[in-house]
Amino acid sequence: MRDFVSARARAIPPSGIRRFFDIAQTMEDVISLGVGEPDFVTPWCVCEASIYSIEQGSTAYTSNKGTPQLRGAISRYLDTRFGVGYDPDEEIIVTCGVSEAADIAIRAVVDPGDEVLIAEPCYVSYTPCVSLTGGIPVTVPCRAEDEFRLTADALMERITPRTKALIANFPNNPTGGVMQEADWRAVADVLVDHDLLLISDEVYAELTYDGDHFAPATIPELRDRTITLNGFSKAFAMTGWRIGYLCAPPAITAAALKIHQYVALCAPVMGQVAAYEALRIGEAEKDAMVREYRLRRNLFVDGLNKLGLTCHLPKGAFYAFPSVESTGMTDTEFAESLLREQHVAVVPGSVLGPSGAGHVRCAYAVSRDDLKEALSRMGAFLESAK
Amino acid sequence: MDEKDRILLQELEENCRTPVSELAVLAEVSEQDAQDRIGRLEAAGVIRRYGAVVDWERSGDGNVAAVIELKVSPERDFGYDRIAERIARFPQVRSLRLMTGTYDLQLLVAGSSMHEIARFVAEQIAPMDRIRETATHIIMKTYKENGTTFAGREEVERLPYSF
Repeated sequence: MRDFVSARARAIPPSGIRRFFDIAQTMEDVISLGVGEPDFVTPWCVCEASIYSIEQGSTAYTSNKGTPQLRGAISRYLDTRFGVGYDPDEEIIVTCGVSEAADIAIRAVVDPGDEVLIAEPCYVSYTPCVSLTGGIPVTVPCRAEDEFRLTADALMERITPRTKALIANFPNNPTGGVMQEADWRAVADVLVDHDLLLISDEVYAELTYDGDHFAPATIPELRDRTITLNGFSKAFAMTGWRIGYLCAPPAITAAALKIHQYVALCAPVMGQVAAYEALRIGEAEKDAMVREYRLRRNLFVDGLNKLGLTCHLPKGAFYAFPSVESTGMTDTEFAESLLREQHVAVVPGSVLGPSGAGHVRCAYAVSRDDLKEALSRMGAFLESAK
Repeated sequence: MDEKDRILLQELEENCRTPVSELAVLAEVSEQDAQDRIGRLEAAGVIRRYGAVVDWERSGDGNVAAVIELKVSPERDFGYDRIAERIARFPQVRSLRLMTGTYDLQLLVAGSSMHEIARFVAEQIAPMDRIRETATHIIMKTYKENGTTFAGREEVERLPYSF
């Protein structure tokens, strides 16, 4: 029999931490700082509305783009919250999480041979999604000394005549780095000069702790060369509902919609109802969660620095990204030994891009008791490693 | 009152045994500043008392508690304040509020038995001047108290890793 697996699928490298999964499976008392997901349950007002809609028999397909109510709510929300306007009928598609939004955005704009810049370290899906289209992923480093911001210089170094787009995620998973307006303006100049598209994954926008999130699409010159991706998973603790969205100028949205309708048809209706409710009445609970993340960040980053694991104060998302260089271990060795010896799961930074090497990603989206216990186990681990 | 004070108050309300050093880290202030702020909030009477939320049913000392509604004729010049102050002096009265709606004062009363509560209402509260009517509702089960849910929920299984 032939090997039926396609060359493209075969070329996707296996997950860098499959091995860690297997080790963690054998343990009972793992404290996991490895999961990029809120530990909160979705606000009850949101769940309640979705349950009610199911009881009312709302179980059918929706419009491919998503319900008009939800698109309208997203449009108003983006405008009032971040000052960026998108037309609910022509410029917004509700997707199955931001994962799908990123995939269809990339497929809508990338041709074989196109080079796509990806600011790293980053979420692991962008690179394979670009490769699957036949595009060529080119990573752009964001460095610890810049507080993991993307700089115009780093960007320029990697631009070639074949470069078509930049994918960036701020607030950033895994570093917690953010981009202020001035940072974006510098990047915007480069994008405009080289006629590049920006795919901006802003799923952590609400989790910005010092100052407000800056949406790059608010820069007029970027408005029509930006695809904004966002979703409900992180801000409203709705990971399992799978609701994200893509916003872009009409021509790009229409192209993405063609792909979306064939791969997903529409996002789940229960999730769409819930998402609408989250925007309608979920703000107070969202704000309470964001406040709690900030307190956890303060607690955890203070603890890491006291342990000698140098960590800049992340200004967004819910990740701390300490350096483990002082231990003399690589990030992979550190993460594996910490898991084996103290049953604390963290993600080695190198899995998330070469600039992540020497760091580990710790998600502080766990209870404060667990954070304290994790810190005390990490302390014991460092003591025994001396 | 600023955002830092608010954080300190919320933390203390949630767990008044949190060490000041930790409160300071959470609120992003120095330890001395946190101490000073708490001192000011105590002096200003914003912080009334430090206590625990106890599930007495679980402790085995199942106290009986009742919500008592009172209809009261208000007093000229004083309204409900003077009668409320007299009622508040009874240690059995755990909380006391003036309400809108079909009655005026609401009491939460605790005692060791239904009989004890009934006697308290009949002998101490009902005969007071200006009390027109009482209605006693015995609490059968507490599901949530001061923001804390008593029944445990099952932990939801989460993946150990995701990106």
